[in-house]
Amino acid sequence: MTVIGIPRSLLYYNYYPAWKCFFEELGAEIILSDKTTKNILDSGVKVAVDETCLPVKLFFGHVQNLKEKKIDYMFIPRVVSVEKKRYLCPKFLGLPNMVTNLIKDLPPILHLDIDLSKKSKGYYREIYDVGKLFSSNPVKIALAYKKSIKKLQEYQKQLLFGVTPMECLQSLEEMGEYPQDGKIVEDGEKSGFGRVTNTLKIAVLGHSYNLNDSYISMDIFKKLQGMGVEILTTEMLSHSAQSSGASKLRKDMFWTFGKEIIGSAYYLLNKGIVDGVVLVVSFGCGPDSLVGELIERIYKRERTLPLLFLTLDEHSGEAGVLTRLEAFIDMIRLNKKSAVG
Amino acid sequence: MKITFPHMGNLWIPLKTLFEELGTEVVVPSPITKKTISLGVRHSPEFACFPLKVNVGNFIEALERGADTIIMAGGTGPCRFGYYAEVQREILKDLGYDFEIIILEPPQGSLLGLASNIKRIANHKTWNEIYQVVKIAWQQILALDVLHETSLKVRPFEEHKGSTSRAYERAVSLMVEARTEISIADALSYGLKMLKSVKQTSSLRKPLKIGIVGEIYMVIEPFANMEIEKTMGEMGVEVHRSIYLGHWIKEHLLPKVFSPSDVEEIKRAASKYLNHFVGGHGLESVGRTILYARDNYDGVIHILPFTCTPEIVAQSILPEVSKDFQIPLLSFSMDEHSGKAGIQTRLEAFLDLLEQKREKETLQGAV
Repeated sequence: MTVIGIPRSLLYYNYYPAWKCFFEELGAEIILSDKTTKNILDSGVKVAVDETCLPVKLFFGHVQNLKEKKIDYMFIPRVVSVEKKRYLCPKFLGLPNMVTNLIKDLPPILHLDIDLSKKSKGYYREIYDVGKLFSSNPVKIALAYKKSIKKLQEYQKQLLFGVTPMECLQSLEEMGEYPQDGKIVEDGEKSGFGRVTNTLKIAVLGHSYNLNDSYISMDIFKKLQGMGVEILTTEMLSHSAQSSGASKLRKDMFWTFGKEIIGSAYYLLNKGIVDGVVLVVSFGCGPDSLVGELIERIYKRERTLPLLFLTLDEHSGEAGVLTRLEAFIDMIRLNKKSAVG
Repeated sequence: MKITFPHMGNLWIPLKTLFEELGTEVVVPSPITKKTISLGVRHSPEFACFPLKVNVGNFIEALERGADTIIMAGGTGPCRFGYYAEVQREILKDLGYDFEIIILEPPQGSLLGLASNIKRIANHKTWNEIYQVVKIAWQQILALDVLHETSLKVRPFEEHKGSTSRAYERAVSLMVEARTEISIADALSYGLKMLKSVKQTSSLRKPLKIGIVGEIYMVIEPFANMEIEKTMGEMGVEVHRSIYLGHWIKEHLLPKVFSPSDVEEIKRAASKYLNHFVGGHGLESVGRTILYARDNYDGVIHILPFTCTPEIVAQSILPEVSKDFQIPLLSFSMDEHSGKAGIQTRLEAFLDLLEQKREKETLQGAV
């Protein structure tokens, strides 16, 4: 059986269920790189240009980790754009090229270009070209594609209901299915979030690939949950909620992830859904240097919702992050108490 | 309305002509100094790219001197430049300035938005009048680019250090005043004469030839790149740069039909290493390096602002290109912390290496 390696990094957190379904339907086996460790990150840092952002350095680490495994192909798609007039960051556009120029002796790379910035259809050709490697039956490929899109929609629905990508993907890997949550409410915005009244509610905004990698984010979800805090992420906010937030911008934001983050931040500002926002940005992230600045400025102007700006890099100390989180939560609790009293 | 705009090399000259001839008052931002940079850095996001910070410095200095309208270019991504103006507006607003910012967005299919903005800036003059003025400004740009290119060819041979730069500055100052087709042509031919009469050394040594690639602002703005062209020229190097103002305007403000014709050639050259655009000038940096190698240049200098995303993609790929084409390459990632001395030292070491390589090759050739 053909074995395809997929780095557990970057877009893995957004699209893995679809990729897995597609390749398995065509009879291939999937192997993921190991979960992030210090060694994996270090090996990525070693080959990368200094100024590369943390998540891309980490991606290089996962590629090298996969290289050691017995795989026939490595899957590194070039995702240029997933919606009209918006792009992902330039580094995603050059990702397969950076990998092949920086890391030698790689297995053959399965690549396809997804660019929906100008047209919303027509990328099926790219998918078919990849599928052809595994099956000569066009119908089988089309069906596999259709099924994988359905899988992706299910995944996105799960996320909307308040399950984090981390939990969702883990359950998919271990049990082959998504976690069953009986308490699902059919309303995106409120979803599973906010079920428990009286607890502190905090939005953690940032790129999925940073937040859901527990090594990189230093387990920020667990840390906050340990403080008795309920967490909201961008994935739990519906598209319409994010768009209504982003509509406050004068110019449409041309980064998909940037728009999700700033849209969520602006949306939450005066809604009273959460008690505070933690904005997690990784060092060297180009779009976030501007997105973060805009968010910080508007939060300072409006003064309705406390904001903690957390920058992560490969030298971040866990203790320092914990202290800042604790101080932030304490401050919100104190303010709440004095407001009530 | 008192208009201002960011500095980028000689860009202020055609812009001043353009707006003044259209009947609008212009406040040219003060020349970039250390103070400009520190103003910009203080008020800009720490990890924004360097050009954004310098722009902010320009704007603050111009607003302080009475400007009330900022003209800025936009963009459609994925490079951060396209969102600069949005962030800069918020920064300046928080600083309490009263101003308007007019953003010239590249037309996406329709020219209407751009056209209405142009009409506004142009005091609602007729399109024909606007066209006449734009033509003059465009001729200024082309003439300035010719002067600059000539200065790069003359400088490595100058007998007295600095004489080329002095001649060039004088030639440029003539161009500032030239506002008709005839006077621009005159200023150009007089400027070229001045550059060509710079006293040359009698040495027969063939200068090293080095090409410059990289992010356009850093390449074009001498204050941002620590006058790297001048520094190298005065070390006796013939510098070539393929990015000029004319390119930038075609690329950012005009529809794709007017794109410079070398774009396809650059893409083709880069395709084995980078086969997709990555925003900014990442693809151009890779392609142009290969073209320089093919043209037998002795080396390539790659200039980028610190943390520039598209150029980091290029920087990750260029070492492989350099190895395959055996063209030595030096990357300078620059920002407010860069020091001239450090750059000078790295340049000297690089040039030594190139000289040695050349000597070795001539020796081999002789045998």
